[in-house]
Parts: sequence; C-alpha cells; structure tokens
Amino acid sequence: MSELQRLRDAFRTALDLPADAPVDDLRYQDNEKWDSLAHMSLVAAIEDEFSVMIDTDDVINMSSFDEAVRILGKYGVDVK
Amino acid sequence: MSVFTLSQAAKEEVLLKELSSLTAHHRLNCEPYDRILAASGYQDAASVADLPWLPVRLFKTLELKSIPDDEVFKVLTSSGTTGDVSRIYLDKAAAAEQQRRLAATVQTILGPKRLPMLLVDTKAMLKDRRSFSARGAGVLGMSTFGRDHVWALDGEGLVDLDAIRGFLAKHGDQPFLIFGFTFLVWLHLYEVARDNGLDLSNGILIHSGGWKKLIDQAVSPDEFRARLAGVGLTNVHNYYGMVEQIGTIFLEGPSGGSLYCPDFADVVVRDPETWAELPPGKPGLLEVVSTLPTSYPGHVLLTEDLGVVHGIDDGDWPGKRFSVLGRLPRAEARGCSDTYRSAA
Repeated sequence: MSELQRLRDAFRTALDLPADAPVDDLRYQDNEKWDSLAHMSLVAAIEDEFSVMIDTDDVINMSSFDEAVRILGKYGVDVK
Repeated sequence: MSVFTLSQAAKEEVLLKELSSLTAHHRLNCEPYDRILAASGYQDAASVADLPWLPVRLFKTLELKSIPDDEVFKVLTSSGTTGDVSRIYLDKAAAAEQQRRLAATVQTILGPKRLPMLLVDTKAMLKDRRSFSARGAGVLGMSTFGRDHVWALDGEGLVDLDAIRGFLAKHGDQPFLIFGFTFLVWLHLYEVARDNGLDLSNGILIHSGGWKKLIDQAVSPDEFRARLAGVGLTNVHNYYGMVEQIGTIFLEGPSGGSLYCPDFADVVVRDPETWAELPPGKPGLLEVVSTLPTSYPGHVLLTEDLGVVHGIDDGDWPGKRFSVLGRLPRAEARGCSDTYRSAA
C-alpha cells in the first residue's frame, strides 16, 4: 500500500470515519470528528503506522491532512 | 528555547507597550469593557501596575469579547467555586496562539520531544467529549506533551497499580512525564509509590490545581516536594494558571518554591484595601497580566487569589518569582466586585 493510502487510512481510523471517506481536504476542528481528543489518537496512529516519533511542535502544527504530509516529510516519510 | 529570558526592567518595557495597545484594542472592540474603563476614568498607564484591571469574576456575569459573533471559534467555560461560569471567547488566531505559547512554556522543562506520559487521573473524565470539565480540559491540553499515555486511575477513580507498574516497566528507565492535579498526585501517586516501592526517579512531574486540600491535611508545598523526593521524584514543577488567561501558565523553577512568569506575562501583588502595588515579601491580591488575550479583554485580571512576590531577578529564571497563598476570603472578594459593578 502506498504511503498516501496508509496516511488516509490512519486518518479514517483515528477520526472514526468510513473506509471510503475523503480525507485529503480535512482540517483540524473543521470536521467535528477531528477534535483535540481525536488529535492525540491521530498522532499516535500516524506514529505507529510510519514508525516515527513526532515532536511537540509538529503535533501542534498538524492542522490539516496537507500539513501531516509535510510534517511526515521532515521525518523522512515521503507521502505520495 | 525558553520563554523565561527577560529581566524585569526589559519585560516591563515590552509589556507596558503591548498591554497598553491591547487595552486600546479591546476598548474599540468590546463595548462593556470600554464602558467600565470610561467609568473608571482611566487615561494612560505609565507602568504595568498602572494598567486598568478587571476582576476575574466579571467573565461570569458579562459577555466580554472583542470579536464578532461569526469569528467565535471556541468558547471556554470554567466553573468557579461560586458555581457561576466564566465564558472565554477565542477566535482561531487566539486559539492557535495560546496553544503555541503554552507549548513553548512547557518545553522549557521538557524539551522538544514528547515523553512517555503517566496521567494521574481517570480516562472517564473525557467520556463526554462535547463537555469536558476544567480538569478534563487541563489534562487534555497537557497530553499534547506526552506519548504512550497511561492513566494511573481506573474508571472508578481508584489507583490502577497494574497500569502504573506496566508503565514503569516499559518507560521507567528513561525520562518520562507525569501530570496530574496536586491533590490527586499526593493521594494516588505519592502514597502508592511509597507503599509499593515504585521507582519514579526518571519522572518529571508537572502538577497544578491548588493547595487547599493538601493544606487541610497539613501538607505544605515544601513538605510535598520533600516527600516526593523521598520516592525519587525530584524533578517537580507546580504551575498556576486559569481559563480566563488560557495559554499563560506561571511555572515553578527547578529549585522549587517559586513560580516564574513567562516573557509575555507578569504578576502584580496588590493591597486588597488600597489596591496599591505591594513590594516583595508583602502578601496581597494577585493580578495577572498577559499579552495572549487578544479576542477578549482578559489581558489584565485581578484574581481572587492571595500571593506574594519573593524576589525579582534573583532566582532560577529572570523576572519576578512568587507564590500563591490561597483564596481571598469570600466576603472581601465580593466587596471588590461590587466596586466594579457600581463603576460599570
């Protein structure tokens, strides 16, 4: 499975969305499922999926799907 | 990176400028605030202590915000001891900024990495995710700084010794974060660690929530530190903060015994009868100032807590260092807000 697909699935699982839900345009707090509690689950899911440890500042800055892609790049995960 | 860098003189210069322009901003954008200041006859401030303060309880009786309704992104509420609820209005920018500043403050102690985290609380508190208690919101805010979170209390609020043991077996040999409310830490972590010989020596404890219940048990802040050191927990930081200045916390320095003000905040201790600023060593009412409240006029607040400044530019970090001594007795606090009601 591609990194992009794995990241989409991590979002769907952590935010409790259907398996085919579009997630590429999601933004923190715009979607009611993505609240501060879900954010911690999401970070944990991404860390598990890609075997990375995300720093505090990046947790705070991960405010959209696009930001998550960018931040993962910093940790050597090329999402495409 | 630290947000504890400015000497008192340098800080006051920056704060006077920024807080004065916030005062002007809120007068323009928050009508009730402007009326209060007009009634008080406020003109200009020559020092931080000159700035006009609001009693913190006004946020329980008035809708104080400096943003239009359609820009309200989050409304924070806190139930105080009186049962009334403060309502604090944030727009997106203010919500993001408070989180960044809180993170910068806490990272002074923790560094940029998230540490394995033991929460001295129960997950049950977050069950209703639409309405957290102030305690739940505090725990959730702090959990950003941790990973592999483990709850030390079970669904009934009882100590989950297996969970704590499991956490220590996995993470106890490297730095880890412990967070909890002061009284819960005392009752559910300290006593359990002592009675079961748990090794907490790699822990960094951040705790908050007032000393009243501990003082009732005759445990002073010094005693608290000393007893925690007895179970190996020497890296201990208390903090003081309130929802009415969300994102601003006053953090205990490494040597203990004093809270410090981040560069964007300060405290003023006032005589509760004359409102004059009191010098170090003299206890009085605590006023807290912060540049973070941009969406509501909470940048200069008179609390209902008593405090004392211990010293200035003479501690672990620059600026004022102080302690919170407890609540002002109710009758006196009521007198102070009545003054404001008649002024408004």
